[in-house]
Amino acid sequence: MSAVVENHDHHHGPKKGLLRWLFTTNHKDIGTLYLWFSFLMFLTGGAMAMGIRAELFEPGLQLMDPIRYNQLVTMHGLIMIFGGVMPAFVGLANWLIPMQIGAPDMALPRMNNLSFWLLPSAFTILLSTAFMEGGMPGFGWTFYAPLSTNYPNIAYFVFAIHIMGISSIMGSINVIVTIMNMRAPGLSLMKMPLFVWSWLITAYLLIAVMPVLAGAVTMLLMDAYFGTSFFDAAGGGDPVLFQHIFWFFGHPEVYIMILPAFGITSHIISTFSRKPLFGHSSMVYAMVSIAVLSFVVWAHHMFTVGMPLVAELFFMWATMLIAIPTGVKVFNWVATIFKGSITYETPMLFAIAFVVLFTIGGFSGLMLAITPADFQYHDTYFVVAHFHYVLVPGAVFSIMAAVYYWLPKWTGNMYDEKMGKLHFWLSFIGVNVTFFPQHFVGLAGMPRRYADYALQFAEWNAVSSIGAFLFGFSQLLFLYIVVKAVMAGKKATPQVWDGARGLEWTVDSPAPYHTFEVPPKITEQTKL
Amino acid sequence: MKKELGLLTLLTLPFISSADWLDVNMPVGVTDISEDVFGLHMLMFWIMIAIGVVVFGVLFYAMWKYRRSNNKTAADFEENHKLEIAWTVVPTIILILMALPASSLLKKMYDHEAEEGGIDIQVIGWQWKWQYKYLDEKVGDKPLSFFSNLTTPADQYETNQATKGENYLLEVDEEVVVPINTPIRFLITSNDVIHSWYMSDFAVKQDAIPGFINVAKTTINEPGVYRGNCTELCGERHAYMPVVVRAVTQDEYQEWLQSKKDAAEQIAFLTEKDWTLAELMEQGEEIYNTRCAACHQMNGQGIPGFYPALAGSDLVLNDKPKHIEILMEGVRGSQMQSFAEQLNEVEMASVITFTRQAWGNDRAGDGEIVIPKDIVEYKQKDS
Repeated sequence: MSAVVENHDHHHGPKKGLLRWLFTTNHKDIGTLYLWFSFLMFLTGGAMAMGIRAELFEPGLQLMDPIRYNQLVTMHGLIMIFGGVMPAFVGLANWLIPMQIGAPDMALPRMNNLSFWLLPSAFTILLSTAFMEGGMPGFGWTFYAPLSTNYPNIAYFVFAIHIMGISSIMGSINVIVTIMNMRAPGLSLMKMPLFVWSWLITAYLLIAVMPVLAGAVTMLLMDAYFGTSFFDAAGGGDPVLFQHIFWFFGHPEVYIMILPAFGITSHIISTFSRKPLFGHSSMVYAMVSIAVLSFVVWAHHMFTVGMPLVAELFFMWATMLIAIPTGVKVFNWVATIFKGSITYETPMLFAIAFVVLFTIGGFSGLMLAITPADFQYHDTYFVVAHFHYVLVPGAVFSIMAAVYYWLPKWTGNMYDEKMGKLHFWLSFIGVNVTFFPQHFVGLAGMPRRYADYALQFAEWNAVSSIGAFLFGFSQLLFLYIVVKAVMAGKKATPQVWDGARGLEWTVDSPAPYHTFEVPPKITEQTKL
Repeated sequence: MKKELGLLTLLTLPFISSADWLDVNMPVGVTDISEDVFGLHMLMFWIMIAIGVVVFGVLFYAMWKYRRSNNKTAADFEENHKLEIAWTVVPTIILILMALPASSLLKKMYDHEAEEGGIDIQVIGWQWKWQYKYLDEKVGDKPLSFFSNLTTPADQYETNQATKGENYLLEVDEEVVVPINTPIRFLITSNDVIHSWYMSDFAVKQDAIPGFINVAKTTINEPGVYRGNCTELCGERHAYMPVVVRAVTQDEYQEWLQSKKDAAEQIAFLTEKDWTLAELMEQGEEIYNTRCAACHQMNGQGIPGFYPALAGSDLVLNDKPKHIEILMEGVRGSQMQSFAEQLNEVEMASVITFTRQAWGNDRAGDGEIVIPKDIVEYKQKDS
């Protein structure tokens, strides 16, 4: 993405060398930084996943002791969520929101720079624990007290989370201010592209829940180092309170990681079906409902803590309700494809796989919502299968789809379509071979976060590990394809995809360093 | 009917070549509740399959029918209110139909009242073992109580040199013995961090939380040995604290109770006996390997940053009273727990003696041994 061409406005082109990236306030540069950072984290967290699957390849401890195993499980979760998926979506937001609403840049460019550069600092702090006595956090990414309060090096974990939270909140403020104030004249809220809508909602969710997470880690820090007893029963505290606070953050967090994916998928499916999205406004209403509901379902993560019957019933029913707006979204995508004129380029393959596999994740999610059955599913591999189905072929596939879809716009070069398709099929097979068998071992009773397991689960775990290696190593192909397209490739037209709609396709490919210095005029004819 | 449904699921799965591979679904279990839960699970499963067939059917049909080579120009339509109302209302009705049986079963599972002729067993999670207290059965003035430790030898999982046994990681020294056809209430709590007591065959999974007592009631229909796990991450040896329940007839249960009570009286006698160093060492090593070595390691070196070394430790070498106190009381704010309830006087004395003698500690320190009477005296002083 260093191939960005400076073709107008001479004194505002990018600086040369490394300082360009350190001091940049340009939304495209910052978007690029976010995307490369998230890819680096994706590989780091992925390497940890490879370690986990290698250890689980057969029963017994072969490669590591359970302390190391727990550390890998914990760090894999933290890195993939806070370092992989979230920054990738922020990177896409940076690149696309200004271009999709006809704005010259983000509203608060210096803050934008800071919110990116906080992230490498946070992850340096978090990962530095690997070189300390006591090592990395090993209490799971959910860091339930009181297990976490007695762990070594938790101050590093707490400060890293604080810094990530500050970064997310600043990024979200930027997104909201940009969308509210910098839309091109005539671009009303209800006309706004769905990716922008999805991010507007996501940003509000982030601002609402990140402070809650900050509160949780601060109380943890106080318990661990300052003698308070927020979560220590022996001191009059309440370990269940921790879980309520954590999941009040945690459930909206889950939707933070999927709403932008809904936006991306809507664009791609419409483009390659060569049809407008079936129901633009119903998609907006569905996303808003999902976001609102996300605040009242948190305790479905805690059905086994011993809540009273009424609470269990309430959280079961509230959780089931989410299936309605989610169904509306899936039906909308299917209706968009219907009577289209469809081609299957790589972004479309990833988008369709997203719809199918995310829906499968939704099915298991609905099963998990059924409290009596959840007593069996809870904390088994059935849950692991469920959330990996919504996060990997869900969120991660949508990010890959977005990269293939907008890469020609970013670099000016087409990626290698054959290689892209190969990457898709390897990932698709890998992901299903990895995670589908986990439904089986989960139902048969294999608990999650186990370094070692009973013999009856051996075969499917071996299958799952083989799938994971296939999926993991296929991502090196992704790196190769992207780097190749950044360097060279067939030149892309401004339109890139004949069915694409939206303002970003009206500017050159690659997009000039500065776009829409004069706002475009939105009329009834503008295809959005 | 339920069993047929399960069988049908299995038939749809490929690669079934050995019995192990058949473990792809939830067990039906051995209680009325677990059978109901299985039925509900299969109902949900088939509803999901039906929705999947319809939605994916339409999707795949459209993907094939409207591919570009077959349909050059796309239609241009948006929104259809009738269709949109339908795909909101129909799922709502399906959800209500799912919520009704789920809610009534949940209500049934939440009946926690004690029943005539039922028994109460307190379950306490420890890092990394379960303690069971039979609240209705007394030994002296205390309830009958014991700890249930993993017995799978370390050479099956750490070094992987021994062949793994049939019940690998699912076998314990003391099984929880309960009568069949009797309402049993498990009163579940924890001594340290959060654990979760999970027995799939009873459809019971309840978190063991310090400061809380959670109730799970079950009535087992068939005798047998049932194996489960801890399902809340509780630290290093989370995977090594299985739950094993042996369900027997009422007569066998009474017999077992009597034998447990007799054994408790035997201990009192053994405490008075004069113990030789060799006897203490032999028993101490066995206890050390099952109870202590997980943290302090077989070689007594511990794990830096987590668990202190015992070999060459000044306290172990030269401070006998403090050494006894730590084992009896535990160390607050650390993972070192109190073993006062877990080990009887003889076991306690022998394991302390072992650590004071092993790994060259006998030459480096004062080499004093601890006998059961020392522990009895400590307890008397304490009270």
